[in-house]
Amino acid sequence: MNSAATQPLVLPFDVMRVRQDFPILAREVHRQPLAYLDNGASAQRPLAVIAAVDDYERHHHANIHRGVHTLSQEATALYEGARDRVMRHINARSRNEVLFVRGTTEAINLVAQSYARPLLKAGDEILITHLEHHANIVPWQMVCEQTGAKLVVAPMDVHGEVHAEAVEALMGPRTRLLACAHVSNALGTVLPVRRLLASARARGIVSLVDGAQAIPHMDVDMQSLACDFYVFSGHKVYAPTGIGVLYGREALLERMPPWQGGGDMILTVSFERTTYNALPYKFEAGTPNISGAIGLGAALAYLGTIDLAAAHAHEHALLLHATKVLSQIEGLRIVGTAREKASLVSFAVDAVHAHDLGTILDQDGIAIRTGHHCAMPVMDFFKLPATARASFVFYNTYEEIDRLGASVRRARAMFR
Amino acid sequence: MQLADLYRDVILDHNRVPRNFGAVEAPSARVEGFNPLCGDHLVLTLKLEGERIADIRFEGQGCAISTASASLMTEAVKGKSRAEATDIFERMHKLLTDDTADADDAALGKLAALSGVREFPARVKCASLCWHTLASALAVKDVQGHPAVTTE
Ligand SMILES: Cc1ncc(COP(=O)(O)O)c(C=O)c1O
Repeated sequence: MNSAATQPLVLPFDVMRVRQDFPILAREVHRQPLAYLDNGASAQRPLAVIAAVDDYERHHHANIHRGVHTLSQEATALYEGARDRVMRHINARSRNEVLFVRGTTEAINLVAQSYARPLLKAGDEILITHLEHHANIVPWQMVCEQTGAKLVVAPMDVHGEVHAEAVEALMGPRTRLLACAHVSNALGTVLPVRRLLASARARGIVSLVDGAQAIPHMDVDMQSLACDFYVFSGHKVYAPTGIGVLYGREALLERMPPWQGGGDMILTVSFERTTYNALPYKFEAGTPNISGAIGLGAALAYLGTIDLAAAHAHEHALLLHATKVLSQIEGLRIVGTAREKASLVSFAVDAVHAHDLGTILDQDGIAIRTGHHCAMPVMDFFKLPATARASFVFYNTYEEIDRLGASVRRARAMFR
Repeated sequence: MQLADLYRDVILDHNRVPRNFGAVEAPSARVEGFNPLCGDHLVLTLKLEGERIADIRFEGQGCAISTASASLMTEAVKGKSRAEATDIFERMHKLLTDDTADADDAALGKLAALSGVREFPARVKCASLCWHTLASALAVKDVQGHPAVTTE
């Protein structure tokens, strides 16, 4: 059998060419070339995004949906064009299912308050997992407090893996909602969401997936995943901060009351009665982040111009390389050793606190994240106050990872 | 800005072998300090005899800067009067936050080793956590009911 014919063809990825698209990567930090390995916190912007925002600000800015004048029409077309771009990128069925919000955090709060709160009764359950970001814990705790519902937490194992059976075992007659990460920001674990979502749907449980860390690293397809809500932040996929997406199944969004009231989300207002606007506007009260949405549209359009399959393969190769380089360092422990991981490595080094490591690496021009990664229950599980986390995207190089390794060794030597 | 200015030998030494680590028995004051940003957590216990700090100890989890700062602090204020300790606190506060403060304040002795921290603004909170905890401990009269200190 000719295996070459059955393998999808992935051409080598031209990192050096792609790096040219991200002007910030050319800068120096402490007289060293910047090695930006904190993409999990926020990714950098390509020129295409910077230019799209700049063009909008220079030539097209006006408020949207409210004017017959030319600029307002142009701004509206750009903003709504960005919505269409998001719809295509995640393969939503309709543009009515794509709501612009501030980011992942706001999207989850919206679902908690507008979907869960009116529905939940005392004793109902919301099922999450142990490895969630605080943004996928606290809004549910708040809604539990408001309704008397209970938060149920599915376990993870010592590798930071969440097993589908363990989550399914907790799906009971009172489970109303499953909310879980697609990819853990603290550990890199990819969760078995396809199966979890199918199990939830089969039991009539509505689901929300926190896709903040998945969206930069994999294809997400709303029509092939049986999920009801999917949320992510623009700034982790090369777009500006302050813009994000709440995907919601149309039938659910239709039934939900608006979250905030104000302009744009109404059809008619009198002092007696207000009728709400149609989707998606019902959930976009007030003047939105127009330039941010345009930037997000441009970021996704940019991803359309590169070979994404090759980019994702390169990200996976970076993960393997980083795992190898770091595990050769004595006294270093990789935290999160799931079989399936996104391009991110969390680690702890004997006798070197993560913050000291962060400062020392910064002196070498290397940016990583140190701390609890807004996932304190994960840190408690591994009995660590903090970890260092290096997270990669397609513009990172093997050489940057080698520099990371050398710098960690230097830090270790200092503290010996 | 040099790493060696931050991680001076005195600091590395006090991080490796913290002095006065643990808890004072039957303390006159026990105060917790917490840095929510990085998760540093410190428990300071001290025993006052009249106006004098007869014993002081700390425990908890933190980076090298926060550990060394707490260790150096306990050495510096042990045996001192409340007023003397407050004076040291004020000098330290100035040293850590004020670029124009004399980095070789003789009154601070070994503590002056922490002056490098002010070149690393992200780390000032690490060094100052224990000092704010001390200030709060000196202000309280008994072991019960005082609020935890944070540097946020
Ligand atoms: C998994 C996960 N969920 C939620 C968030 C919160 O995203 P944002 O701060 O953009 O709302 C993050 C970002 O750190 C994340 O990694």
